[in-house]
Amino acid sequence: MTEELAELVARHPLFAGLPTDVASLVAGCAHNAAFGTGELLLAEGEPAEALYLLRRGRVALEIRKPGSGQLVVETLRPGELVGLSWLFPPHRWRTDARAMEPVGVVSVDAACLLAKAEADPAFGFALMKRLLPVLLSRLQATRVRLLDLYGDGAHR
Amino acid sequence: MARTAERPAVAGTSLVPLVHRIAWRRRETSDVVTIALEAVGESLAPFRAGQFHMLTAFGVGEVAISVSGTPGAPGPVEHTIRDVGAVSHALSHLPAGGVVGARGPFGTSWGVAGLEEEDVVVIAGGIGLAPLRGAVHQLSKRRGPGRLTVLVGARTPDQLVFADDVRRWRELGADVRLTVDAATPDWGGEVGLVTALLPGASFDPARTVGLLCGPEVMMRFAAADLADLGVDSSCIRVSLERNMQCGAGICGHCQLGPLLLCRDGPVVTYGGTVAALMGQVER
Ligand SMILES: Cc1cc2nc3c(=O)[nH]c(=O)nc-3n(C[C@H](O)[C@H](O)[C@H](O)COP(=O)(O)OP(=O)(O)OC[C@H]3O[C@@H](n4cnc5c(N)ncnc54)[C@H](O)[C@@H]3O)c2cc1C
Ligand code: FES
Repeated sequence: MTEELAELVARHPLFAGLPTDVASLVAGCAHNAAFGTGELLLAEGEPAEALYLLRRGRVALEIRKPGSGQLVVETLRPGELVGLSWLFPPHRWRTDARAMEPVGVVSVDAACLLAKAEADPAFGFALMKRLLPVLLSRLQATRVRLLDLYGDGAHR
Repeated sequence: MARTAERPAVAGTSLVPLVHRIAWRRRETSDVVTIALEAVGESLAPFRAGQFHMLTAFGVGEVAISVSGTPGAPGPVEHTIRDVGAVSHALSHLPAGGVVGARGPFGTSWGVAGLEEEDVVVIAGGIGLAPLRGAVHQLSKRRGPGRLTVLVGARTPDQLVFADDVRRWRELGADVRLTVDAATPDWGGEVGLVTALLPGASFDPARTVGLLCGPEVMMRFAAADLADLGVDSSCIRVSLERNMQCGAGICGHCQLGPLLLCRDGPVVTYGGTVAALMGQVER
């Protein structure tokens, strides 16, 4: 089972190309999970205890906006990572993440992963080198969207 | 294989507007309208996809508007206009039967005639899909092995234009993907930057041509992402807008570095000096 999971982890774009022992360390904290359409993978304000390697289906990151209900701020596709708030205190989700269709993930226990990263700094560093680019590209995408490219006063 | 945008024949294009009647108008979004123009007397010369006309709202002013119709298609010539200022407001509020001036066509085209075999990735933001619409129509009818991917970004779902065309392009085999900056959950489609659609698209970077039109920041990011995926920057074409006056390479208003964009553009190859010039403040 863990071998199968290690293979799934190693095949996920987030961890592709990592040595098998690294994928096995991640897989040791993981299990498969599925969510039905409309089900929440994570909920704003709740403890951030897992990261999800998205394998199947799309996930919408939503923010509750007073007066307008839910607002989708980003959609994630297979091959992407759902959930980063588990990395740093206060370890609470900042958005909701909802399955837009039947979703399959590898769910990785955050406390288990962080403990392994603390115990084995080389593993921890390899992990960070995979996670930080995701953070960076989401930050950059957010910056560009802050420009309200297509809004009033935008050229074209 | 044509690797550069086609140069136009500027000579012979007139500085005097020809009178046109609005045959019909169609609302695309809350602030975008398509108007179809038919000549009252003398007709405009044939256009190529990506070229623009100078349209006059009589008594208000003249602006550059890309042709959003398909080259060679019978009937009136379509232009899609976003209401942002005096002239665009006047043009987009004229009723069917109203009269405007038109001259041109001006500028370079997307050069689709040379793209028989290539994979083509079209990336459009907002009303930037309008100048690409004719090119996408033409490309969607190609019979060769080249794949066609069309990625479109808009602010919200109700700002997406040309829903009927999107359906038709998909039926003809194009991979069309839409995304918006924000939406309510009932949208059901993608939310995020238009460039986030690239990883899911299937094309061979070594034989891909990118056609980009939209806000300049978006085009810079999209061009950089295409280049990162292995598309040669000489195979990426962008449509640049600067303030146009004569449209015919005479007045210099549209200068960007060594380029007069009414003559050398609006469609230019991204590689080389254009990448550095993009982002330069308008003169
Ligand atoms: C080659 C070329 C092709 C073009 N094709 C089209 C087209 O197909 N459809 C179209 O609607 N426009 C197009 N434009 C833009 C158009 O020429 C005008 O700039 C635009 O319509 C505004 O003119 P205006 O006189 O109505 O507003 P202005 O009084 O010039 O501007 C009013 C306000 O709107 C802002 N603004 C100016 N242009 C735009 C814009 N394009 N989008 C958003 N805000 C703007 C200005 O910064 C200003 O704040 C094109 C421009 C070029 C150079
Ligand atoms: S608009 Fe006059 S030179 Fe280009």
